[in-house]
Amino acid sequence: MSWDVVIGLEIHCQLATRSKIFSGAPTAYGAAPNTQANLIDLGFPGVLPVLNAEAVRLAVTFGLAIGADIAPRSVFARKNYFYPDLPKGYQISQYELPIVSGGTVEITGDDGTLRRINVTRAHLEEDAGKSLHENFTDQSGIDLNRAGTPLIEIVSEPEIRSAREAADYMRRVHELVRYLGISDGNMQEGSFRCDANVSLRKSPDAPLGTRTEIKNLNSFRFIERAIEHEIERQADILEAGGSIVQETRLYDADADETRSMRSKEAANDYRYFPDPDLLPVVIDDAFVDGVRDAMPELPDARRKRFIADYGLRAEDADVLVGQRPMAEYFEAVAATAEPKLAANWVLGEFTAALNRDGTAVADAPVDSSGLASLLARITDKTISGTAAKQVFEAMWAGEGDADSVIDAKGLRQITDLGAIEAMVDEVIAASPEQVQQFRDGKEKVIGYLVGQVMKASRGKADPAEVNRVLRDKLSGG
Amino acid sequence: MTAMHELTLTGMRDGLRDGSFTARELTTHLLARIEAAQSSLNAFITMTADAALAAADAADARIRDGSARPLEGLPIAHKDIFCTDGVRTTCGSRMLEDFVPPYDATAVALLADAGAIVLGKTNMDEFAMGSSNETSFFGDVHNPWREGLSPGGSSGGSAAAVSARLVGAATGTDTGGSIRQPAALCGITGLKPTYGRISRFGMIAFASSLDQAGTLTRTAEDAALLLGAMSGLDPRDSTSVDAPVDDYVAALDASLEGLRIGVVQEFMGEGLDADYAVAVRAALAEFEARGATLVDVSLGNIGLSVPTYYVVAPAECSSNLSRFDGIRFGHRADNPADLEDLYRRSRGEGFGAEVKRRIMTGTYVLSAGYYEAYYLQAQKVRRLISADFARAFEEVDLVVGPTTPTPAFGLGEKTDDPITMYLNDIYTIGANLAGLPAMSVPCGFVNGLPAGLQLVAPAFGEGRMLAAAHQYQQTTDWHQQAPEGWS
Amino acid sequence: MSIGSDDIEKLAVLARLSFEGDELGDITDKLASIVAFVDQLGEADTASVTPMAHPLDQVQRLRADAPDADIDRARLQACSDATEDGLYLVPRVIE
Repeated sequence: MSWDVVIGLEIHCQLATRSKIFSGAPTAYGAAPNTQANLIDLGFPGVLPVLNAEAVRLAVTFGLAIGADIAPRSVFARKNYFYPDLPKGYQISQYELPIVSGGTVEITGDDGTLRRINVTRAHLEEDAGKSLHENFTDQSGIDLNRAGTPLIEIVSEPEIRSAREAADYMRRVHELVRYLGISDGNMQEGSFRCDANVSLRKSPDAPLGTRTEIKNLNSFRFIERAIEHEIERQADILEAGGSIVQETRLYDADADETRSMRSKEAANDYRYFPDPDLLPVVIDDAFVDGVRDAMPELPDARRKRFIADYGLRAEDADVLVGQRPMAEYFEAVAATAEPKLAANWVLGEFTAALNRDGTAVADAPVDSSGLASLLARITDKTISGTAAKQVFEAMWAGEGDADSVIDAKGLRQITDLGAIEAMVDEVIAASPEQVQQFRDGKEKVIGYLVGQVMKASRGKADPAEVNRVLRDKLSGG
Repeated sequence: MTAMHELTLTGMRDGLRDGSFTARELTTHLLARIEAAQSSLNAFITMTADAALAAADAADARIRDGSARPLEGLPIAHKDIFCTDGVRTTCGSRMLEDFVPPYDATAVALLADAGAIVLGKTNMDEFAMGSSNETSFFGDVHNPWREGLSPGGSSGGSAAAVSARLVGAATGTDTGGSIRQPAALCGITGLKPTYGRISRFGMIAFASSLDQAGTLTRTAEDAALLLGAMSGLDPRDSTSVDAPVDDYVAALDASLEGLRIGVVQEFMGEGLDADYAVAVRAALAEFEARGATLVDVSLGNIGLSVPTYYVVAPAECSSNLSRFDGIRFGHRADNPADLEDLYRRSRGEGFGAEVKRRIMTGTYVLSAGYYEAYYLQAQKVRRLISADFARAFEEVDLVVGPTTPTPAFGLGEKTDDPITMYLNDIYTIGANLAGLPAMSVPCGFVNGLPAGLQLVAPAFGEGRMLAAAHQYQQTTDWHQQAPEGWS
Repeated sequence: MSIGSDDIEKLAVLARLSFEGDELGDITDKLASIVAFVDQLGEADTASVTPMAHPLDQVQRLRADAPDADIDRARLQACSDATEDGLYLVPRVIE
């Protein structure tokens, strides 16, 4: 039978601050164990938390980006539980009064239409440390470098209907936080991770079924597969007449299944109460206005603009907007170059070169004005598209700007009609078989002949011109 | 000539400045007194003689070359709740028996910067949870006024040390009366400033919304001297307040003329020892004689202050003390079977009975199903109590009453029943709940034991309150009485 | 409300405390009397009262996002009884 699937996501997103949320310890990833945990992160006796202004600013930025309400007054609470990676025996979080409430994230629904997923809240909290088991037999080692790293926990309403939609929601939020510089979004390093609450019911009108929570989904692929498996598992149980146990489950990527985390099942009572070491966070309109004024154009708006103003295809706009530096690079190129040509090059040669060398947009050897000047030479027919690729590679290798590479390599396009005709004649003479085939109606052969002429010209002839001359001569007999 | 130890802190400062004695002489003399008193009073947990002597020599050099700081060479002790860099800080607990913090509390650093010399760390109720100093892992402190009596708590070691003239002054902390009650019971002056006046950074937390550092001194003048040095905004404490630090010493001269004093009716009736009441009324008469006006005031909800406190304080402490888990510092159980065993035995062995009781109480009042009836209700009653004070301060400048219901009681007398012990703080807790500055000054004797008068001021009204206490001490000599054998 | 040994065990687990021998009976009795004592809070009429979490009406100050100087791990870990290779050690954590 078919089930109505109800999914709510909780995304934990590390904020891109330099120091921790309540202490001055640095947040850089990958340092030696416990070298980025100071007295406060370690919860030494008598030490106190002081809130990082940047964490507040980033949380407000996120709130504004999803059209949420920013709480004029929000409160930090303590969530009390014992765990070795939680040094104080409580996590400082927000409970009753979160900094961000409401807002929406647009996703593409399973039917292809736009769906708005409501966000319940996003609150500030501190991350925990890590337990390491590898190098010990009956012990675990605790590294508290991550303890105190600022997070926002973004909680969606249970409005997501499928594993695919869940992955799309996660992608959209990921794109947004990276785009806004709220988070580096690095999923391997745990900067962006997700818990999914999944339940099934017979119909959209039926009351919500018992849900399970799948923990620590740290890739788009995993979230989709984990939820698919969980839906299947729950459906099997329900269809066999069983009932779902409310529990926490862990996705095991290697086994490609979810399993119960019994250790988390012990009756927990978090005893939330307002943290007496921290005072209410008051955010006035001036602060919110300041954050709003400093915000870049949001991805959704930019995507729509790229399609409308530059005539880009939706897929291309999506990819360009996916990374803010890429979108900005494209816009800089498109300021002088023909936009579609610019999009093709940025998404084609440029992206390929970045990927090949593992280079960031900001460090690319060909900057936006360099690429724009190269594209200008294509548009004014100084060089052919084929030659342009050679020029691009040379520019990437640091051999100079577009014009000097074109000159040095002698790639200037042959526009002299006489020279092209001479080369065409030579190719026709040397390819009697293909010429005959073309005359017999094998239209495709023209490609081969053009290619031969281009080869003879070492890429310098204008292919369109070659094509025209070839056809003239062949039809003229 | 008056013996050095008989001098007040201010007297010691004058003596050092005019060359009557050196800081080394003063320090040496007091270190010897501390050592001699240890077997009878047990006021100290740790002595810091070597560091004190080195600091004394440095102080003498500064005094000689004219670069003396405000508290240069003045001998003090810290309650062992203040973290001291490189010096063991136990908080009176087995949990921290061997804990040597790698940092100074802000109050400790400020006093050191002002030139004060620390002779040692004083005994206290474990994690400041107690009113008799009997919950200390390091043994009971005895009241200098009579062996076998409690000095009060939790700053019992600091109070006994100042009362017995072992140090010029001592720091303390006050969560529900832990400075004022032992000050009253030991016949000295105890000041709890406004919440947020002195940084809590490095002061081991008991109940964060109630804890406040303060002073135990012989006189209000000495308290003013120390308060100026300890106060101020600390960027490391979100709850420390950015209010100007007055010149508290300069403010001491303000006359009592025209001062409106509210006498808390709820504190003068049932429950107060009759002779204690006589002492308090005599003190009130003295204020009146000096030009103050007495007004009866009522704090309608103050009767609920003790139960309010015994919800809020345990709730906060149950969370604050979760960091003591045997992993990064503090007592760690031997050979734990598993993680749960490490937690439960490290904490079970490291904490004493009263601390465990409060953690259990706090866990209970915060737990699901009880949070609203206890914790939230206590927070609401706290608001009512605070509002009662605010209303009173619309009419008067200070509210006064006894500091404790009785003078010092016997060690062991109240340990069986926690409620009886808790009720010892019935007059002091209100100021903590409302965050107000309050102090206790000696106001007479009951059966040969000191009685204390409590003054409470509006927030940041320390200057006015200290001036009133100082003026009172100009025409009374209760604060100059030394316990027999310690003069 | 009375407090029984089940409640005590549940609280002791939440608070990660152990009670040995006489301690268990003692904590059961005393916690019961403390709870009975604080029960009188129910007498107060607090229908329209806002809870008070802080004594002073202040707001949170914010700290500039600037990392502090280096962290001396050896000094911090000198306070711990069990560290190895810079990690704090605990009996194996089962997840």
